[in-house]
Amino acid sequence: MLFFVARRLLYLVPVLIAVSVLTFVIASLLPGDLAYVILGDQATPENVAALRHDMGLDQPIWLRYLGWLWHILQGDFGRSFRTGQTVLQAVSERIPVSFELMILAELIGLAIGVPLAIACAAKAGSAFDRLMTGSAFGMLSVPTFLSAILLIYLFAVELRLLPATGYVPFTEDPVANLRFMVLPALTLGLAEWPGIMRVLRSDMIAALQEDYIALAKAKGLKPSRILFVHALKPSSLTLVTITGINIGRLIGGAVIVETIFALPGIGRLLVGAILTRDLIILQGVVLLVAAGFVIMNFIVDMLYAVLDPRIRHGHA
Amino acid sequence: MATLELSLEEEAGATPVRRRRLGMLFWFAIGWMVLVFAVAIFADLLPLPSPTDMDMLERRAPISAEHWLGTDGLGRDELSRLIYGARISLIVGLCAPMIGVTIGGALGMLAGYFRGRFESFVVGSMDVLLAFPPLILALAVTAYLGQSIFNLTYILGVLGIPAFMRVSRAATLTLARREFVIAAQALGATHARILLRELLPNVLLPLLAFFLLGVAVTIVVEGSLSFLGLGVPPPISSWGSMIGEGRESLDVAPMLAFIPAIAMFLTVLAFNLIGDTMRALTDPRQGAL
Amino acid sequence: MSGALLSVEDAVVDLPTPRGNLRAVDHVDLAVGAGKTLGIVGESGCGKTMLSRAVLQLLPKKAKLSGRVMFNGQDLTTLSAEKLRKLRGRSLAVVFQDPMTSLNPVLTIGTQLIETIQEHLELDLAQARQRSIELLAAVGIPAPEQRLAQYPHQLSGGMRQRVAIAIALSCEPQLLIADEPTTALDVTIQAQILDLLAREQQRRHMAMIIITHDLGVVAGRTDEVAVMYAGRVVERAPTPALFKQMRMPYTEALLAALPKLDVAPHTPLPAISGRPPDPTRPMKGCSFSPRCRYSAGRCTTEKPRLSPAETQEHLYACFHPIAAGVGA
Repeated sequence: MLFFVARRLLYLVPVLIAVSVLTFVIASLLPGDLAYVILGDQATPENVAALRHDMGLDQPIWLRYLGWLWHILQGDFGRSFRTGQTVLQAVSERIPVSFELMILAELIGLAIGVPLAIACAAKAGSAFDRLMTGSAFGMLSVPTFLSAILLIYLFAVELRLLPATGYVPFTEDPVANLRFMVLPALTLGLAEWPGIMRVLRSDMIAALQEDYIALAKAKGLKPSRILFVHALKPSSLTLVTITGINIGRLIGGAVIVETIFALPGIGRLLVGAILTRDLIILQGVVLLVAAGFVIMNFIVDMLYAVLDPRIRHGHA
Repeated sequence: MATLELSLEEEAGATPVRRRRLGMLFWFAIGWMVLVFAVAIFADLLPLPSPTDMDMLERRAPISAEHWLGTDGLGRDELSRLIYGARISLIVGLCAPMIGVTIGGALGMLAGYFRGRFESFVVGSMDVLLAFPPLILALAVTAYLGQSIFNLTYILGVLGIPAFMRVSRAATLTLARREFVIAAQALGATHARILLRELLPNVLLPLLAFFLLGVAVTIVVEGSLSFLGLGVPPPISSWGSMIGEGRESLDVAPMLAFIPAIAMFLTVLAFNLIGDTMRALTDPRQGAL
Repeated sequence: MSGALLSVEDAVVDLPTPRGNLRAVDHVDLAVGAGKTLGIVGESGCGKTMLSRAVLQLLPKKAKLSGRVMFNGQDLTTLSAEKLRKLRGRSLAVVFQDPMTSLNPVLTIGTQLIETIQEHLELDLAQARQRSIELLAAVGIPAPEQRLAQYPHQLSGGMRQRVAIAIALSCEPQLLIADEPTTALDVTIQAQILDLLAREQQRRHMAMIIITHDLGVVAGRTDEVAVMYAGRVVERAPTPALFKQMRMPYTEALLAALPKLDVAPHTPLPAISGRPPDPTRPMKGCSFSPRCRYSAGRCTTEKPRLSPAETQEHLYACFHPIAAGVGA
């Protein structure tokens, strides 16, 4: 187990380095000079040259990369030349919003997907099962922004039950916060449940064919115990994997949803940075998100190992 | 014994039901795709008003003989924009996975066939690419390179490489152990010959099935970017940007958002359905489930 | 037959398949008295496992069972699901072939034992735990207390089968069905497990059905043996009588197929030639006739009925039985 963790941790280092290189290279290859962007229309060649020198832009790319990496390792991701905020300030201000959104969305996805998967697996092949499997397949073809539009139309425009845009921090007013969060989280959650349901369902159907289910029946256990303990527990590992795989899509979805619902999260920060060509923020956020994504995947891997007794005891 | 008898029993139940159900939907999907392709290809020949001509007197006009699906917020013909939008979705949706399937497919085959250090390198670099949430990377790169159909296609294509690489590597890994490959090696066939003549035809089918699913994903991502105003530059119409514009008038003219939304949903669903059916056909193991 | 703990009367199991109906069990009558042991012997696919599943009422959903399965005077085929559940694991226990797959890989040994005990007996957790430890000790597992917290993959195959037996014994069942209990195990372990089963059966006075493809397993460990072929019982006799004088050519062939210790090494085994008939295509005559060296005349046109030999206990279904004093 320790060896397993150590090996995975060791693998993390080159991936993170490569991620930082890629982020930096993309940012550096952009057409147009950062100095021009900052100085705007009033730029004179002398000004630009001076600024380039100040920012170290006249140095070779690998030197600039090392300098950038050095600052990052000291916790300095740079500062927006538009708002004056540091990348870390901007990100830490917005990350609770994105986290709340993603956690709520995953919970909604699980709350819809898991019971449906269990019900369908228990009645595999029935009309209900076919209807739900079909709906899940159809749902997979609905892009996030489509369900967002539909939900806004239904709940905000027609029924006027919930606000379409806006945000209040949870600490200020929890009820208002949740009212603002319902539609965005539901939008993302609706995209999550089909994947959860499909994978868990086929996993449980396979589990229900196993000998140990036959034995559980032969032991006279209650049907509910067979379904929820004997069949679901082996499949719960699958749930962890799906949740891990979902993180990437959730982050992407959060960008869209935060923009549509005007939530001040990481995604909106990113889109804002793109629209205002705030490249320092962009570079920093992309790096942080990618690194966070890699680390989350690592944690999911570890969780998987902790949950599966076979891996835990080194039998895998 | 029991296991044999049980498996016979399963086949009896599952297969016929599944065939029949997928069959009808499958042909609907094919029909819709033919329609979308046809109008997209022959858009210039159809008697349509220009998709970019504005008519400020006819803003958000209802359905009429002149404008079959009405007009949008700037008085542009909705049907015409929808059809020209289909072009964008299909061009980006088909070309981007083409990049992925070519590069990813080739890398995967080489990695799966030669193994060793090359394989570790390929898999490792794909892990790096996968470390970026795809939409974030697409956003960042379009921001750096500028918005254009070409850039969009290029980036979405590159983003698809890891997935195609995995599919073709997995297929190659299992195939490379099969007798016919070992026989070809024993007969002294060159690597190039084995790769192209023995392996490629067998890897192609799963790749093609995955390609169709890739098209569906690409159309969604292109739509998302255009919806955010970061995809194809205006005034070119794309389904995503039409939905984005329609969002502004959800309260007065919800149809403006819903018509392109339905078109997009049906197209994505069609690609998914056909891709999934093909995958079930090429992969007997998953087809059985 | 009256007074038997379990009696299977005219049982027929039909399985629908894409190639047509598969008759897995074909008009089978069997009985086991309390405390007695019955061996069911036959090749793979002869229907012996389907028969055991029919007794447990654990047939696949699409299978159709007709006939009666009487257990303690109740017909299991008409019993409600809830009453059946109360019976299974309590009075009617089973040990499956492969302990690798029949124990749940993600639940501890303790959980799998204790859940059975608590389902059927009015014991609290501490008592159930104590009972589990005693059971594990009784089936010969060292350090039983530590085993409770372990998972099946941490045990060897033989140990796992011992755990499965402990689970089966946990509520003092009246009948234990052991379905090929040693097939998946190393040869060296097989005898140990069979001896364990025999010992516990004696000690607890339970009835037992041992299902196997190996005549050697039932010899000396059973009171009665039923030989099955193509879904039918083709010979049934008290064990000593059967081994003294088998009448059915199939039984003889099964015995001849056993490896013997007294023949020279590398002698080819006299395997039974041919394959069992396709169970989806019912045959007019005796199902064994295509493979039988005594086959002649009406063997291919008429089905022999199960009829008594010299004694009422020895039944066989053959037109050309191996004559007394001549055969094997």
